[in-house]
Amino acid sequence: MIVSFAPAEIAPLRPAVLAQLGVPARAEAPERSLALLDEAAALFAGLVAAKGVSEPIGAADFEAVYRGEGRNAPDSPVAAIAPRAEHLHLFAVTLGESLSAEIRLRFAEDDIAVAVALDATASVAADEAAEALERRVEADLRASGWAAPDGAALRYSPGYCGWDVTGQRALFAALRPGRIGITLNESCLMQPLKSVSGVVIAGPRAIHRFRPTYPFCDDCETRTCRDRLRGLAQRAAV
Amino acid sequence: MTLLTDLADAITRGDGPRVTALTRQAIGQGTPPKGILDDGLIAGMAVVGDRFRVHEIFLPDVLLAARAMYAGMDELKPLLVREGIPSIGKVVIGSVKGDLHDIGKNLVGIMLKGAGFEVLDLGHDVPPERMVETAKAEGAKVIGMSALLTTTMPVMGEVVGLVKARGLAGEVRTVVGGAPVSADFAREIGADAYGFDAANAVDVIRELVGRR
Repeated sequence: MIVSFAPAEIAPLRPAVLAQLGVPARAEAPERSLALLDEAAALFAGLVAAKGVSEPIGAADFEAVYRGEGRNAPDSPVAAIAPRAEHLHLFAVTLGESLSAEIRLRFAEDDIAVAVALDATASVAADEAAEALERRVEADLRASGWAAPDGAALRYSPGYCGWDVTGQRALFAALRPGRIGITLNESCLMQPLKSVSGVVIAGPRAIHRFRPTYPFCDDCETRTCRDRLRGLAQRAAV
Repeated sequence: MTLLTDLADAITRGDGPRVTALTRQAIGQGTPPKGILDDGLIAGMAVVGDRFRVHEIFLPDVLLAARAMYAGMDELKPLLVREGIPSIGKVVIGSVKGDLHDIGKNLVGIMLKGAGFEVLDLGHDVPPERMVETAKAEGAKVIGMSALLTTTMPVMGEVVGLVKARGLAGEVRTVVGGAPVSADFAREIGADAYGFDAANAVDVIRELVGRR
């Protein structure tokens, strides 16, 4: 499945961009800062060309993809969750090269304020695009008869939660995101930079719950797992 | 309020047009360019750095102040070049190979420029050889490395090792920073210093180049 996202579908809300820039929720941003974010938002809307690709994958094939180059943490959430999944879909989304090129250009020209604001806007939007694709995968599964009243689909990505970033190579070989313009460099970083890849795991909601007490959790500064699990609970409540 | 304190104040407010106007005015009055730089632009950014350090202001305010400072520098740079006034030192910065996170690194770059350093920002995913070769070719005094991923932290050790292997240890100092990085880690890999945040990174780099 290849999909396109309208800019409005993934445009981040101002509080999320402020949070990405390290501004606490309680802080009152001055008018000039908000004008800067508006400038970045307008640029974003004109440059973004968001696309996504996803493909179902069987459990055995995913096991091989996840194993990758054998550099994952010995124990990890995905290793525990994936075997209990009812559906697995590899995915990748990108905001397109124009946006990344504009960010590079602004940095090169020392237009640092707009560069950083646009970079933060794009980082949040890339996650929004991944979220939108995750929702579409789940909606498609339900439309095609996945009857799991307490089921939920959640995404996991290489580079996080013990899934080594070198796993990108196996993921890319299986998914072929070159179809939507994403390539991997030798460090396993995606080009365009504002791209997200991984697996959407669909199954009973309970399989996604884990305690962030793995050895690598000590060094994790993002701790987005807590927000994701909270989001899962909220979705269940709706 | 004198012209230069007014200029510094305009920097803290991120008022680019006023910074341009006041810099022109100071130049027109015959104020030495070094004085405009030190007592106007850098003084303003120092206040911004202090306020950022105590969480009185946040990154967007720093960005706007930096933009205002660059507006002033655009006016001043030709005079500084003409008078042969050097920067207080060149610093090579980059996020190490395999790491794409660079907001923290960018902030360090902004604040270093604000403190009067010349910054060569190599971006993200920078191989050790490129960092060291750039520092050598450009005569940089410091290499500042950033990593947000635990998996890319070992690359910092490779850079430190390469600096030593090339016989540059006394000439080029190494500073590490980033969310998972610590002072212990910096010691472990033999880096010269650790910056726990952007403002602190500027302080330790100043110290390394003897400009405190």
